[in-house]
Formats: sequence, structure tokens, C-alpha cells
Amino acid sequence: MSVHEIEVTINGKKYREQVESRMLLSDFLRETCGLTGTHVGCEHGVCGACTIHLNGSAVRSCLIFAIQVDGQEITTVEGLTKDGELTLLQRNFIECHGLQCGFCTPGILMSTTDYLQKNPNPTLQEIKEMLSGHLCRCTGYEGIIKAIQKTIDESNLNYEAERR
Amino acid sequence: MKPAKFDYYCPKTVDEALSLLEEIGFDGKIIAGGQSLVPIMNMRLATPECLIDINQLNDLQFIELDGSKMKIGALTRQAEIEMSDAVRKHLGLLSEAVPYIGHVQTRNRGTFGGSLVHADPSAEIPLSLMTLGGTLHIASKDEVREVNVEDFFVTYLTTDIMPNELLTEIHIPLPEGRVGYSFHEISRRHGDFALVAAACQLSIDSQDRISKVRLVLGGVDAVPLLITEASELMEGEYLSASLLNKIADIVDEVVNPESDLHATADYRRHLAKKLAVRTVKTAYERARGENNECS
Repeated sequence: MSVHEIEVTINGKKYREQVESRMLLSDFLRETCGLTGTHVGCEHGVCGACTIHLNGSAVRSCLIFAIQVDGQEITTVEGLTKDGELTLLQRNFIECHGLQCGFCTPGILMSTTDYLQKNPNPTLQEIKEMLSGHLCRCTGYEGIIKAIQKTIDESNLNYEAERR
Repeated sequence: MKPAKFDYYCPKTVDEALSLLEEIGFDGKIIAGGQSLVPIMNMRLATPECLIDINQLNDLQFIELDGSKMKIGALTRQAEIEMSDAVRKHLGLLSEAVPYIGHVQTRNRGTFGGSLVHADPSAEIPLSLMTLGGTLHIASKDEVREVNVEDFFVTYLTTDIMPNELLTEIHIPLPEGRVGYSFHEISRRHGDFALVAAACQLSIDSQDRISKVRLVLGGVDAVPLLITEASELMEGEYLSASLLNKIADIVDEVVNPESDLHATADYRRHLAKKLAVRTVKTAYERARGENNECS
């Protein structure tokens, strides 16, 4: 009972693979599927580097076994871009110097993307609380927060423009 | 860090899960959200022979108003509780406490029932349920039994639940009348384990006298600590500075905190007194309609 076949949709593509039950989803994504954008840091749910979307919600992939996502839908950082175009949030990370070494960046992008979909207009305090699920040791979070705020401003402008 | 080998089962119905539990017994461990279990498996502090994954049991995922009580399925995600309008309207204490659990990314996966059966003495959901009161419905192949929350927590990480049993749902009475509540917690950083947490829910009569009150402290003993002496002292009284001082004295006497890397026992005792007074005061003000700010 310890090796199983699973089928998962990742970034719109189907993967059918054999996995041992103890394989973490983070390792499955990186080693079996070759999607190394998902980073592995602490492996006990603290650092947030491995955050992905499972059925549309940001979760830690190091705290889920690959076997548990049989039949489900996953998005990794590789799946954020549309037709090779970076998202507004990704562009603003570049613009506002929201990253230095980049190790924590994929997880933060995944969490923030999900969060802004559910809370399009968060306060600074709410942004900080959402980011508390991620450890970044380079930037002191200033650039990251600016990138997120800029994205909120610009999306709201777009929203306003659409309404007009 | 990687977990040790285990066999994996994924039942599709509650009955199937209960049969598996009966068969596997002590070698099995239920996994729901996994936000506490998987870290300890990754560190090999836990090496269960078998995991029984209950994530497919959609019947256990609900928030439902039923007359004078709220029913919550054990598999309901913490983030769903956080976002629920019904919970905010009827069990405000829970809406106030849940955002303190870990981070939004862990609450998306972590479950209401999982936090209760894991029974971390500093965890927010056990503390809140102890404050709100209610019953836990625990199923095995042969029966469903109801356990009052006061009898559920045994000691550190230990509850009144057997290896062949499954927590299915939790029933919480809706508070009535002029009610106020408050939850406070001190941790080293937002999302960390609480050094000390406190919760209070109380009702007052038409003259503003306290008619019913529950004050509970977390992180100061092996289980969420219901301060019954404080309730006895407060019932029938108006809240006053001298009453609050007496509550602080009681808390000082009954808490039994331990020292660790993060805080000494003395500091935890100090926090327990301050937070007890703060939650009672805020709850009373809210019951009188004076303080509706979330704090």
C-alpha cells in the first residue's frame, strides 16, 4: 500500500505518476515533475517558500503528501504567467525591488496572488499579516510591501477604468 | 527532513473511515489538514504505520445554524470559519480568535476538528470552544457519543478520543441576550504559538449585572484552563476595578505555567493576569454596547 499512482493537473497539464505515500508534494513538484520554481526551505510549514495553490487556495506544499492531491488541481509559480507575460504583481516585484536572492519569492507570489483575489483591498496591516507566513531574509519586506501596494493601486485603477 | 514510510488509506465515506479505524487501531493516525501532524512527521517525532486521510469526507465540512446552536463539521477549514458571516454574527469570539492561528496559508488547509483533537494547550480553537461551551460528537463503528468540552481535554496533546474513534462534528450553543466576548493573545510574532492567550464570554442582565461568564486561559497549563472561581466571583455583580483586581488574584493562584526558551513561568503568570483582566473588561464593555471595536 505504500506506492500509488496519482493523476494531478498542474498548471493546466495532466501528470500521471507513481509516488510513494511518504513523498511530500513539494518534492513531487520539483523532482518528479521538474517544476523547480517551488522552493523548499524549512519543511515544517514556517518559511512559506513552498507555497502553491491547491484547488485555488494558497497552501504549503511541504505539509501535504503528493498522494493526497490525486485528482486535484494545482498551480505553481510557473503557472502564474499568461502567454509568457508576467502578471502585474510579478512586474511590480521587479519594479519595486521586491526581491534580492529570490528564494522566498515564488511562495510570496503564490500567497499574494490568492490573497488579493479574495481581499482586493487589504490594509497595510493586513498585508503584513499575510506576509507573516513567509520568511524573507534579504529585503526587510519593504520592497515586497511596496510591490503589493502598487499592484493593489493599479488593479483598482483598472477596475475603476472598467466601470467607467 | 522527510517522513518515515507509512501505508496510506483514503476512505470516501464516514462509515468506510470508521471501519478502517476499527481494523487498524493503534497503528493508524487520522490526517485532516496535516498542519500539525506533517511537521512532526517530517521531523520524525511521529512515525505512524498508517495514515487515514479524511479529506474526502465532504459530509464533515459544514457550518450550520440549527435553532439555538451552531453545528460545525470537524473537517471545516479554519479559513472557512474565519470568513463565515454566520460565525461572525453568532459566535463572534471564534471569528476573533481564528485569525491568530498560524498564517492564512496554514488556515486554508488546517481544520477545526484537527485543532481540537491535536489539543495544543496554547491553541486558539480549543481555548475558544472551552469558552463557548458545547459538545463534541465522536463516532466509532458501533456508536456516536457526545462529550462535553469540559471533559474532552485530558492533558498535553491528549483528548478523550480512542484510536478507533473519529471526531465528526461540534455543537456550540448560541449565546443569548446582552452578550460580550473578547479574545487576546500575546506571542513573540504574529502567527507564532501563543505565550499566553485568554478568552471571555459573558452575559449581563438589564441592570448590567453579570449573569453568566466563562473565562478561559491558554498556555498556562496542560489544557485550556476554565477559571471557574472567577465565574463564581463575578456572577450577580457589576464589573468594578476591585472585582478585576480579585480576578487577577485568582488567576495568579490557579495558573500553573512552565518556563521555556521563549518565556519564563513568571512572565507567563504576569501575562495571564493582565490578559484575564483585559478580556473580562472588554467583554463587559461590549455587552453594554460600549466597545464594539475589534481589539
